[in-house]
Amino acid sequence: MGKDRNTNQGPLSRRQFLGIGAGAGAGMLLAACGGSSTPPSAGGGGGGGGGQFGEGKDYTGPNVSLAFWNGFTGGDGPFMRKLVDQFNSEHQNIKVSMNVLRWEDFYPKVPTAVQSGNGPDIAIMHIDQLATNAARRVIIPVDEVATVLALQQDDFAPAVWQAGVYKEQRYGLPLDIHPLLFYYNQKDMQAAGITEAPKDRATFEAAAKELKGKGVDNPFWVTSTWPAHLMWWSLIHQFGGTPYSEDGSQAQFNSDAGVEALTWQVNNIQQGYSPKNVANDAQAVAFRQGKNTLTWDGIWMMNEWAKVKSLDWGAAPLPQIGDQPAVWASSHNFVVTSQAQKEPNKLQASKVFISYISDHSIDWAKAGQIAARASVRESPEFQALEVQNIAAQQLDYVKFPPAVPGIGEITAPTFELAVNEAVLGKKSAKAALDDATSKANQLLAANKKKYGG
Amino acid sequence: MTSTDLGGRAAPPAAGPGAGQVRRGRGRLGGGGAPGGGGIVPYLFLAPYLLLFGLFVLAPSVYVIWISLHDWDFLLPGKPFVGLQNYLNLFKSGTVTSEPFLQAMTATGKFVLYSVPLLVAVPLAVAVMLNQKFPGRNFFRAAFFAPYVLGVAVVGILWRFLLDPNIGLVNHMLDRIGIHTDVPWTTQTPWVWAALVGPTVWWTLGFNAVIYLAGLQDIPRELYEAAKVDGASRWQQFRNVTLPGLRPVLVFVITITILASANVFGQPYLITQGRPGRETRSAIMLIGQEGLREFRMGNAAAMSFLLTMALMLISVATFLLFRERKER
Repeated sequence: MGKDRNTNQGPLSRRQFLGIGAGAGAGMLLAACGGSSTPPSAGGGGGGGGGQFGEGKDYTGPNVSLAFWNGFTGGDGPFMRKLVDQFNSEHQNIKVSMNVLRWEDFYPKVPTAVQSGNGPDIAIMHIDQLATNAARRVIIPVDEVATVLALQQDDFAPAVWQAGVYKEQRYGLPLDIHPLLFYYNQKDMQAAGITEAPKDRATFEAAAKELKGKGVDNPFWVTSTWPAHLMWWSLIHQFGGTPYSEDGSQAQFNSDAGVEALTWQVNNIQQGYSPKNVANDAQAVAFRQGKNTLTWDGIWMMNEWAKVKSLDWGAAPLPQIGDQPAVWASSHNFVVTSQAQKEPNKLQASKVFISYISDHSIDWAKAGQIAARASVRESPEFQALEVQNIAAQQLDYVKFPPAVPGIGEITAPTFELAVNEAVLGKKSAKAALDDATSKANQLLAANKKKYGG
Repeated sequence: MTSTDLGGRAAPPAAGPGAGQVRRGRGRLGGGGAPGGGGIVPYLFLAPYLLLFGLFVLAPSVYVIWISLHDWDFLLPGKPFVGLQNYLNLFKSGTVTSEPFLQAMTATGKFVLYSVPLLVAVPLAVAVMLNQKFPGRNFFRAAFFAPYVLGVAVVGILWRFLLDPNIGLVNHMLDRIGIHTDVPWTTQTPWVWAALVGPTVWWTLGFNAVIYLAGLQDIPRELYEAAKVDGASRWQQFRNVTLPGLRPVLVFVITITILASANVFGQPYLITQGRPGRETRSAIMLIGQEGLREFRMGNAAAMSFLLTMALMLISVATFLLFRERKER
């Protein structure tokens, strides 16, 4: 699953609806035949000498076109498209064509497409996908780009800058950071006499209790699917644990912190703050309809809430339920694929494009993102973005997974499943996390063997 | 009914390519062997199809077997040969794949078990009704077929929201008529099965009904009239004229319905997301997840090979079961 499935978060626009229909419908029919049509492999083309991205920040060669792929299918798509159009009009000898596909399709498709030479030259990938795609030789190191463009750790939040490194080489150049955020319904809060957004466990639980007493049947809907496991990811860190050991070799979901985190989520249901059986997206729909007062969701949802005229909402950093502040976040990173490596001109042009978008990331921040660069965050323009600034208060304690190949794919069959089972009352928090941990450890071991540690 | 009625029917009983198969089978088609000539000509006619079939079905199928014997990731240079290990892992308890595979096959089996009887029986009833003469018949024929033109994504997302336990219209309506418990349609067993099978029946019954309808129209009127003369009741007519007349169609419908149901993907993917836990994750969902998202294509290939084998066995069994009765 993609990290920010904006499109899946609510009522779809008609066009999105039909688009998905056509794709999935065809898939359904084709699913009838058993054969896989994976093209034969020709081995990866990694490596690459020094200086392949060329000297300086500019590109002066002959006309070149760049294929740029990303998964911005939601409200963020038009923002990126506008930036790309702007880039094209300002650069006569570089033409960037942007292709957007859903993140769920993006990650399976990009490796195949790159392999066959019909894929992207540059793309956007999430931070937990970098190591995997580096190990599979889909993307190439970009240390050189960082050097040429003078992008340095000082200008980025350290966590996000360091997470782009795999085996001592940099594979991603961070564009943004998108954490979870705590949203609340102002009208309900005022009616319950709550003047300040809850900041910790005591005030959060008191607020839920107060709201329930003042006529909100279920003030805090705890969903059984997305983003429930991201809430848990935040909470386990808050309670002092980490899902994976530092080197990413061991899963420790079932640590005391992990169990406490999940237990807290489930308790909200038992105390009636949340209805039972909250299915996919229901908590977001309920928030839009004013039935759900408190919700934890991605920062990118801010533009979705803004569309609902009747909704008076506010945002705050995620409350600190455990002993220390922590929040789940992901980051969109520029990557350069091994396909671009075949043509030096493309490589050289790619750095111009990356530099341009990175310099203009204030316009991207408006799509509901925190700019990755401190220089942009400190600009008056960014300071004027209220919600993004609130979210940026969390930057010191955002938590990414370790940069280990295959780690992004461990989420779904392990702790995402465990959170679902516990929230639906199928298993106790401990039992669900025990199962998830042993499965994750098997998968980690298999990945280690496969990717060579 | 009288002969005037018979004359009024648009389609004469013997029309259509597959029409007379049942009635005249023994008379004409079954009688002779191959009509002389032969040689290379039939193969030339078949060649275009065979080429496509070989290229897009046969070759990939063989390739799948090859992949299933390796620890396969098409992007990695090393694809260690592991023999039958991928298959053994599916059956050895404690491995990463065995429990999910068993669960996915069970979920698929359950879906087939719950959906196929309904998808065979309900469309038949609908077809028999729509085969009557009544005003507005064409409207109803279109109405029953209409959902079939929708894509699975439309159907899936539509029903996911209709059946949502907390914000769905169905529970809201139930509440209105005095059933005040929120039924967890999309999150708890056994309700999830209703949430998967119900929409599937609504969605695809039109397709089976159309096939039945074509079959019904090929049953000669005289047979019904003869039965009526012999004093057969409506039920007896159905039992002794309609059903035997439909047998080849029925075999076809049952076979394709089992295959379609066993390949279910979109409904659990969209309506329940395979939840609760993994209880509604179908085999195709698991194979897709394993092979295309987690890049363990060897495992995925082994799973799809076993699924294919199981489906072939079931198809042959269905076919034999119904054919046996034909050879008296």
